[in-house]
Amino acid sequence: MRMPLSWLAEYTDLAPGARGADVAASLVRVGLEEEDLHGGDITGPLVVGRVLSFELEPQKNGKTIRWCTVDVGQNGQMLTEGKHQEIVCGAHNFEVGDLVVCVLPGAVLPGGFAISARKTYGHVSNGMICAEDEIGLGHDHDGIIVLSRLLGEERAATLSPGDDAIALLGLADETVETNVTPDRGYCFSVRGLAREYWHAQGSPEGGYRDPAEVATPAATAGGYPVELKDDSPIDGNDGCDRYVARIVRGIDPTRPSPSWMSKRLTQMGMRPISLAVDVTNYVMLAVGQPLHAFDVDRLSGSVVVRRARSGEVLTTLDDVERTLHTDDLLITDGGEQPLAIAGVMGGASSEVSDTTTDVLIEAAHFDPTTVARSSRRHRLITEASKRFERGVDPRVTAAAAQLAVDLLVEHGGGTVDDAVTDVDRTSERTAYLLDVTEPARIVGVDYPRERVVGILRDLGCVVDESGEGTDDTHVLVTPPSWRPDLVDAPDYAEEVARIDGYNNIPSITPTPSDGRGLTHAQKARRVVADALAGAGLTEVLSYPFVAEELADQLMLPADDDRRHAVRLANPLSEERPLLRTSVLASLVDTLRRNVARGRKDVAIYELGLVFRPGGAIGTAPIPGVAARPDAETLEQLYAAVPAQPRRAGILATGQAEQAGWWGPGRAADWSDMVAAVQTVAAALAVPVVVANDPGHAPWHPGRCARITLVDGTLVGHAGELHPKVVAALDLPERTVAAEFDVDVLVAASAEPVQARPFSTFPPAMTDIALLVAADVAAADVETALSSGAGESLESVVLFDVYEGERIEAGHRSLAYRLTFRAPDRTLTTDEVNDFRDAAVAAAASATGAVQR
Amino acid sequence: MSGPNTNYDPVEVSALDPANVDAAVQDAIAAITAASSLDDLKAARIAHQGEKSPLALANREIGALPPSAKAEAGKRVGQARGRVGQALTVRQAELEAERDERILVDERVDVTVPALRREPGSRHPIELVAQRLVDAFVGMGWEVAEGPELESEWLNFDALNLGPDHPARQMQDTFFLDPVDSGLVLRTQTSPVQIRTMLEQEPPIYIVAPGKVFRTDDLDATHTPVFHQIECLAIDKGLTMAHLRGALDAFVRIMFGEETRTRVRANYFPFTEPSMETDFLCFACHGEETWGSAEPCRTCGGSGWIELGGSGMVNRKVLRTCGIDPDVYSGFAFGLGIERALQLRHGVQGMHEIVEGDVRFSQQFGMGV
Repeated sequence: MRMPLSWLAEYTDLAPGARGADVAASLVRVGLEEEDLHGGDITGPLVVGRVLSFELEPQKNGKTIRWCTVDVGQNGQMLTEGKHQEIVCGAHNFEVGDLVVCVLPGAVLPGGFAISARKTYGHVSNGMICAEDEIGLGHDHDGIIVLSRLLGEERAATLSPGDDAIALLGLADETVETNVTPDRGYCFSVRGLAREYWHAQGSPEGGYRDPAEVATPAATAGGYPVELKDDSPIDGNDGCDRYVARIVRGIDPTRPSPSWMSKRLTQMGMRPISLAVDVTNYVMLAVGQPLHAFDVDRLSGSVVVRRARSGEVLTTLDDVERTLHTDDLLITDGGEQPLAIAGVMGGASSEVSDTTTDVLIEAAHFDPTTVARSSRRHRLITEASKRFERGVDPRVTAAAAQLAVDLLVEHGGGTVDDAVTDVDRTSERTAYLLDVTEPARIVGVDYPRERVVGILRDLGCVVDESGEGTDDTHVLVTPPSWRPDLVDAPDYAEEVARIDGYNNIPSITPTPSDGRGLTHAQKARRVVADALAGAGLTEVLSYPFVAEELADQLMLPADDDRRHAVRLANPLSEERPLLRTSVLASLVDTLRRNVARGRKDVAIYELGLVFRPGGAIGTAPIPGVAARPDAETLEQLYAAVPAQPRRAGILATGQAEQAGWWGPGRAADWSDMVAAVQTVAAALAVPVVVANDPGHAPWHPGRCARITLVDGTLVGHAGELHPKVVAALDLPERTVAAEFDVDVLVAASAEPVQARPFSTFPPAMTDIALLVAADVAAADVETALSSGAGESLESVVLFDVYEGERIEAGHRSLAYRLTFRAPDRTLTTDEVNDFRDAAVAAAASATGAVQR
Repeated sequence: MSGPNTNYDPVEVSALDPANVDAAVQDAIAAITAASSLDDLKAARIAHQGEKSPLALANREIGALPPSAKAEAGKRVGQARGRVGQALTVRQAELEAERDERILVDERVDVTVPALRREPGSRHPIELVAQRLVDAFVGMGWEVAEGPELESEWLNFDALNLGPDHPARQMQDTFFLDPVDSGLVLRTQTSPVQIRTMLEQEPPIYIVAPGKVFRTDDLDATHTPVFHQIECLAIDKGLTMAHLRGALDAFVRIMFGEETRTRVRANYFPFTEPSMETDFLCFACHGEETWGSAEPCRTCGGSGWIELGGSGMVNRKVLRTCGIDPDVYSGFAFGLGIERALQLRHGVQGMHEIVEGDVRFSQQFGMGV
């Protein structure tokens, strides 16, 4: 919401010397955040100019500039050289004869941008023709300002070249823009903001002049007939509980809006259109009541407010034909023809036009929920809907209508009908019995009773200190009509704290007494993340949005659970509508991005949730909020949320170890991935088993490890990606990957490690070479050796693998070092030989291994 | 060998002549001193201390002397051999020391050549910042709570007093699941974790909840559709806004240091009443108001302040929805965006580097910040 300082000063006294920034700072103190500051920091000459001629000049850079001659009156070159102003302009949205805004050498634009004559595109440009954003009027930079479009033809017709544009556009008057929170609908008006500014100044006596305090006539007979017929209120609230209709006849449609009004509308960021429309907008900005102007000649019956019927259609002012919903509240002509979606937007058929002489001013109060739903349903956020859905003061209705009537009579030459329609079904607010010590209990500041009562009265509340239920600590508070948000003690506590000053609240560190620290899972996940980083991988974060074709690119089988992805109804990009079912699914983008930026060696990982709905998405219940949902409903609520296991994904390409003075580097390969998972498992002291997995996408069928817990629970997979996956995803050749379930490892590490005793006697080592068929897994051989070697076996290490001419084709030789140690004695050579032979025998029977 | 000769005149045995013994010693010492390597010294040792050395030969002659002369000759030769032996020992030590010294010189390398054969890994700073905040609060006795990222609409909105028609609900651009009536969304805030905790735990509750959240914003300098929040919730008897401020102050101190300038002001959030907003001085423009200028500060939009995050006393309606009696317990909640904390604390100017996954970004931060 914007507010020019000159307008603010009409309703309240500005602090002496206050500038825009000071006003913004005052408003922040009472909870209205500053959004922007406009205008005020501009010095002329900034004048109205008329384009006399221009020549199109194509430039080497492809642009075509206009070399313009502009009549700027008795200014600039006319004074110094006796000729019209010569200006280079890059915009093309104007014609010869248009009135524009020219800034001349010597001027300073917002941001300290000093203007001088300068050589550009082969000419000396004596200033600029301005766009809106260049003079702090708005953010528009689509072209330069053409005054007939900005101010309207009528207003523009009164201007002459050389007129001061700073005054014309109100640029010397600073405009403060604040962010209005949804609970403060009344601050969508200068009336409301002025009131808050007055509070920020300490609410000095007599310092606030309410523009809505005007005499209003009571309803009379013979007014324009209005019927409120809401037969299906939402949540029991009537769609419309107040409707004031006033008629002004005989307006001269050729009369323009007064220049001060056009200027203020421009400052507020709105376009002046015609007197009738400008008046409704001006009054809305002043007091926060949206108004609508109907052309009386286009109405045939009484105004009937009702819900839409199924299938009804209305073409709104923006020329969009809208199919209405039965929740939409309508203003209709005689109960039939829809005229407007109440509180949102009017229809084209009853719009005031440039021939309208008789106007019906509608000032109504609509239900916030009804307007909010219509606004959302039709994707129409208007100045009216913004205000109604946040709550409009139901007591400002008649005053707003009166203000509009007065302006139309004064500036349009019309006369107002004596008959007044005011259908009022609003009810008085009931008083709330407030414990005056409650603000202190909630805020933590010891506010005396007088302070609480004083603040509430300043805010416009009626405080009754003697009514029923009142005593030393209780008063009856009736909030002002513009504050629907004030309901119970916390609301009042906030108001007291806000006006007294949030900065008066002390700081007391809370002291919880029985924190148990991080849970095992929380600690274990840190171990996983740190272990991976310790293994030389870099942690990254990727967006979980993935493309539909990714499942095919990853070669996932038709029945793979990872094909069951959650789909977003409103994805950011239609190309990526699904949520990832694996971390690798989104991590591949990150790898590719790093490679595309010229990096050859990349080793990255991510820990995160993946989304595994399993089957179809269920429906989560939406219970009421008045009390805790029952256990069964809560159970359904939790169960409807799809499974989201926490997984880790790893990808690497390029060199795992760099080439250097020590020799060549080593390319990252499948084993680095297996090692990474083993490193994590070891960091959590969880034993894992590695097996060859010939068929798990997206890995290479001959280079994929399946990693499980000792009990067979799947942990994850590691190895080299399938060459087709690498090609489909445009990854570097031989990219390697791993993905594992962090939750499984974390759960497996939950029990405290139980220490095993170890021997201090000397070890005995013996080496063996076994000839096995090429398809026998080393892990199986190792398992057999371990089982056969007996309890004295301390370790089995595969230290060499040989395939080649010296052994039988289709076989390989595995060389192991077995280390034995007894807990209670030094082993003899004979004992060790026996153990070794037993180990070899076990390997032979399990895997067909033959000792070489 | 001749028999004992008691009349023997020792002077007549030339090898034992004092002058000759002395000369042999001089020769030996000269050779030892001249030895410039351990090999030279070894040769000198053989020549002057070995079995065929003059002094060894002289020693052998002593046996033939009459007893009266033996003592004197023995003493003379013994002393001579001692002098040679000592010279050898001294020189040996010198030469060994020289050799040891030379080996160290010879083995010198240039240790400034690269030593890292494998690039060190690193954590993502978003995780590290979250961890830092969590640790500080855990240290003060708070516990960490977590929840799913794909969340039920009721927990994300309704239970937080954001009814279907609430204007604030429309301000948040939510990713809805297909079908839309599934009642599921990508959580827009970490606050559903508060609800889950309050539904499942008896007060007192002091939890900190870090996590990923989602809004339908396109990536630009200040927005990202996926970002991180950290949120604190306290429910206990007698908690006031003063405790909220205390917790917030602790938060700011931990993250940004004692000197951080903040301001508090009233704001509106449906799940809190009263509500409070904390702003900190813009780290990019240092609070210089640049609005209205040609180039307002891109980080703060020109106001000089950046929102740290919303907070307030938990709305009584929310407590009731969670089955907590608002007449017995009160509480507060606050949260902030971790991306902003990272930007402020580490001078990260934009959003792209945080979300793009360029390893050069994470690698600047190592394993802890």
